[in-house]
Amino acid sequence: MLWDSVKLALRTIRRNVLRSSLTLLGIVIGVASVIALVTLGQGTTNKVTADLARLGSNMLIARPGTPTPGPPSGQDSRSFTARDVESLRSGLRNIKGVAPSANKQGVAVNGTASIDTTVTGTEPDYFNVQDWGFSAGGPFSESDTRAGAASCVIGETVRHDLFGNAPAVDASIRVANVSCTVVGVLAARGQSAFGTDQDSTIVMPLRTFQRRIAGSTRISTISVSTQQAADLPTVQAVMEDILRETRHIRQGEEDDFTVRDMTQLAATLTSTSTVMTGLLGAVAAVSLLVGGIGIMNIMLVSVAERTREIGIRLAIGALASQVLAQFLVEAVVLCLLGGIIGILLGLGIAATGAVLLDIPLAVQPTVIALAFAFSGAIGLLFGFFPARRAANLDPIEALRHE
Amino acid sequence: MTEKPLLSLHRITRVYGQGESEVRALDGVDLDIYPGEFIAVMGPSGSGKSTAMNVLGCLDRPTSGEYFFQGVEVGSISNTARAMLRRNYLGFVFQGYNLLARTTALENVELPLVYRGTARRERQEKAARALAVVGLEGRGHHTPAELSGGQQQRVAIARAIATDPTILLADEPTGNLDSARSHDIMRLLKSLNQDRGLTILMVTHEPDMAHYATRQIHFADGRVVAPKAEAA
Repeated sequence: MLWDSVKLALRTIRRNVLRSSLTLLGIVIGVASVIALVTLGQGTTNKVTADLARLGSNMLIARPGTPTPGPPSGQDSRSFTARDVESLRSGLRNIKGVAPSANKQGVAVNGTASIDTTVTGTEPDYFNVQDWGFSAGGPFSESDTRAGAASCVIGETVRHDLFGNAPAVDASIRVANVSCTVVGVLAARGQSAFGTDQDSTIVMPLRTFQRRIAGSTRISTISVSTQQAADLPTVQAVMEDILRETRHIRQGEEDDFTVRDMTQLAATLTSTSTVMTGLLGAVAAVSLLVGGIGIMNIMLVSVAERTREIGIRLAIGALASQVLAQFLVEAVVLCLLGGIIGILLGLGIAATGAVLLDIPLAVQPTVIALAFAFSGAIGLLFGFFPARRAANLDPIEALRHE
Repeated sequence: MTEKPLLSLHRITRVYGQGESEVRALDGVDLDIYPGEFIAVMGPSGSGKSTAMNVLGCLDRPTSGEYFFQGVEVGSISNTARAMLRRNYLGFVFQGYNLLARTTALENVELPLVYRGTARRERQEKAARALAVVGLEGRGHHTPAELSGGQQQRVAIARAIATDPTILLADEPTGNLDSARSHDIMRLLKSLNQDRGLTILMVTHEPDMAHYATRQIHFADGRVVAPKAEAA
């Protein structure tokens, strides 16, 4: 009986292809936008999480400046000194390393090729803290750092722009008019969570950087990474205590530096994108509602058009409930059809969007199942009123209807 | 006749509207119909014969009076119960055929069986047999648009008898047909009545068609009246 109703519904839908497709459009657009938005939103979240993990997990970053929301500025605040770094090195436990760093934009040149990039001065610990491997060569040594040697490590983008297919290690380049020897090429990392190219970088010994490029001994960032995620809160607290002490901050005075936990940042970014996904999903749900009203409208037209048919069915023994079921099934089948098309379309949009935005395609079966069920529910909800109208027709009146 | 009536109407009235605009379509109808009868219901338009058919067919409810179907009062039963009654005991043939368009003859005949919940195979067999009875073997896959008026009415008759009803109700079954087709249909109905003992109640205004029946009932002003002396 149900199968007969479904077949009958499909036949009726086929009979009015254009009308059915136009009716479906509302549901299709609604479902497609929900699927596309949620899938892309989840993809963004996944990417942010993955990026932050790549940025170095279990990482604490100290920057000068009071704790303010948003990216730290800290330029006019009191920068860190070598003493701060030494105190952290000797005072912190359960850590992988402490890496002071400072950076500046600069132009790197090799022959006729050049690139405007970020030049970072730091110590070899930097690569451990950042958990950043090498695709060729290796880090500069401790002695390089102490001596302020003119050696540098370049990121993948810099290597590509300056060397193309030629070998980079042991070659000499000019970085902000300082010539230095490439000792290593960093493994590619791609875009950061903030949308910057992490591979457009040149890393050199801190002392070299301070003396020859920055012209000051300022340290703008101290990165610390812990052995385990569980150590983060303790290490962060100890770090803050040590820095307050070495920087002579009296009790009651506010910190003039900020220590950030990158996992916290990840959580913030993830929750932001979750909220955005939710909001966009709500907008899409509204379009589903509009689609549902379209279904109701067309079902009412269909009932009016088929009044005589309903009369015949009632006269030859259909129960009101069977007529109700017939029209309800028709509305549900119509909506589910729209749901299926919408899901496919939505996934198509999401797949295209994922490629364009360079984020992973995060297909979520639960969301797809929900969208499918929801479109069926819309059919039930908006099909009920027209179906009841059909079922309540008086057979004599209906048979007289032309 | 000592036999119990199949259908029995007692003081049936059917009133439309209220007060000034009140119309008494049926004004106290008493009528007994016995198994195996072929009755022609005659009368001018507005005499109440169609209303009487609708009441007998359980499509309409009488305003007052009693309607016994095989001894059971059915004039005041629920809509669902009346639908079940139509489904299980009644067959309908209409003037305008009332077949579902763009649906094959076989599917049209199957329709009442679908609502009865008959299994597909049995349904198709019964429908094919009913089509054979009305002389439309091999036409099952034609849609109404591909059939002549007479053939469409045969499909409608097949649909009505596919469920082996207790009584067949036909409302002006030849009203849309020419004379030759009309006589064909009447011969078919007569044979169903004689060969299968099917009780038939037919509304018509054509005396030619009424002659096929075993009994004629005349309506006037919402009542059953004595047959007028026929001119022929």
